[in-house]
Amino acid sequence: MGGITRYIIQRLALTVPMLLILLTFVFLILRIVPGGPVEAMLGGRNVSQEQKQEMAHKLGLDRPLYVQYTSYLWGIIHGDFGTSFRTSQPVLTALFAHFPATLELAFWGMMFAFIFGFGTGLIAAIRADTPIDHAVRVFHIGSFATPLFWLGLMLQVFFAVKLHWFPVASRIGGRLAFSFHPVTGFYLIDAFLSRDPKIIADVAKHLVLPAVTLGFAQAGLLGRMTRASMLEVLDADYITTARAKGVLERVVILIHALRNALIPIITVFGLQFAILMGGAVLTETVFSWPGVAQFLVRSIEARDFPQIQGSVVFIAIFISVINLIVDIFYSVIDPRVRY
Amino acid sequence: MPSKVPRSFLFARIIDSVLTRLTRGRHALRHQTILKIGLAIVITFIVVTILANTVPGFTPYDPVYYRSAPRLQGPSIHHWMGTDQLQRDVFSRVLAGGKASIIVAFGAVMLSMTIGSALGWISGYFGGMLDRALSLTMDAIYSFPSMILAIVLVAMFGAGIGPMIIAVGVVYIPTYFRVTRAEALQVRESTYVEAVRALGASNSRIILRHVAPNTVNAIMAVSSFNLADAILTVAALSFLGFGLPPPAPDWGFDIQNGQKFLQSGSWWLITFPGVMIIALSLGFGLIGEGISDLVNPKRKRKRV
Repeated sequence: MGGITRYIIQRLALTVPMLLILLTFVFLILRIVPGGPVEAMLGGRNVSQEQKQEMAHKLGLDRPLYVQYTSYLWGIIHGDFGTSFRTSQPVLTALFAHFPATLELAFWGMMFAFIFGFGTGLIAAIRADTPIDHAVRVFHIGSFATPLFWLGLMLQVFFAVKLHWFPVASRIGGRLAFSFHPVTGFYLIDAFLSRDPKIIADVAKHLVLPAVTLGFAQAGLLGRMTRASMLEVLDADYITTARAKGVLERVVILIHALRNALIPIITVFGLQFAILMGGAVLTETVFSWPGVAQFLVRSIEARDFPQIQGSVVFIAIFISVINLIVDIFYSVIDPRVRY
Repeated sequence: MPSKVPRSFLFARIIDSVLTRLTRGRHALRHQTILKIGLAIVITFIVVTILANTVPGFTPYDPVYYRSAPRLQGPSIHHWMGTDQLQRDVFSRVLAGGKASIIVAFGAVMLSMTIGSALGWISGYFGGMLDRALSLTMDAIYSFPSMILAIVLVAMFGAGIGPMIIAVGVVYIPTYFRVTRAEALQVRESTYVEAVRALGASNSRIILRHVAPNTVNAIMAVSSFNLADAILTVAALSFLGFGLPPPAPDWGFDIQNGQKFLQSGSWWLITFPGVMIIALSLGFGLIGEGISDLVNPKRKRKRV
């Protein structure tokens, strides 16, 4: 296991310059472009030049760029993401308050993508070149041409407004929210902790449409990958051998083929996580989901620099960690991979 | 001797090699149903969008100024896709609403293709510190969610077609960088490049004459998938309110507008612009599939 520890350290060492580059990029973009936070906060009110300068001074924006940059970096290194221009709340606190919502959404979105994508891909591979296969493939290609926000709205129209099966938006129903006291911020876990079946059902219902929306495009991609990877593995000699030995077809597919077919799929899974986070912005907007992505969009509108920078770094760190976990998982699934 | 060849000649060679590939593609088109369907969809959309935005009588009603239809009415014989809250015909708006998507998608892909490929060739060919720094920067951008980056950029640069082209273009630069750099690395090590260098060819000549043409196949396949993705990104940016200002017809913005009337069940305001986005994105996606099959016949046999 010494190899894996070294690999993790190497990977983490590579993550640091990448975060630094991203942070610098965002830092500069925010300050190069006109229309800063002072104007956004004053909101078009007619104020004197002195008042504007005073405001800029209070926010520390009148300092030279390199001073702002180094002091910000110094803060980040010490785990201080700065304080919001608007609310004067520490950015990290706000991020952690919004993070569980995003993570919960992303998790169930991925779950849906995995079950649905994997299932359809597997069926298509087993029934290759039949009408079922063709239908599934058309569906897969169509699924990643579908705009996420549009799918979310369509689901809202039909399953929430017309059929009333699921609520339109938010994480919990208005009336239940008063008797609901989140502990972890992951509402489904909190709902189970509350032991109130009504709350559990309500929270679960609120999760369905957003998770399906977020996972849909990923499902298509995973399905395609599964199908391709399965077909390739099913062509392999060892599968022919297994069949020749008289192993049940079910066992051949589920035990012999699946494990090897999984390897490329897991890789895609990790890479897709960045795209999933991008989709979370739209899903959270459509479903009024109070997550990190929505937090970022609101910060952008307010030109709240510390919050924008903080969110970007936070999301980047999160994605790096996910990718690292996927890489480690990779070596568990495929024993040939050694770090 | 080779270094005395005028620069314009080198560019001509690149264009020539692209054309050769495209005409070779036309021969193979005979068996490329997917590619043909994709091309048909995309060409139809471009023609319809141009006509709807330039020829006044092309759309059944004026997409912007027609205001005498019933308010918020579902699809009927007179208004195939219903009407919106400002008594405008949804069908007419849908026909004209692709302008921003198409312009931004092509503009952004062109921008990222040019910058990304140029950086990729240089980085891969020269290697060294420059290559390491560029690769790290590109990886940093690439690993970050492109949608979020595009939103940050467009919010900073302001709404409209120009800022959207820049925002979406910057986001895709690493894609081209990675593809062209990988090819450049391979070509650099080949014997024939060594031979040309021994003959005294300059670096810029080797890059343009030998490295660049080798990456054209990969760039073409990547760019069609990229266009499919760009259509979705542009739609999302418009949906969030960073696109064309109202009352200009625009699919993404019209969907955002329809969201306000979602609770009253006005599904037609959302459905039809969305179907258009899907169809156009699908068209580009199918072209990408087709080109990938052409470039890599092994892929087709496996029917990936």
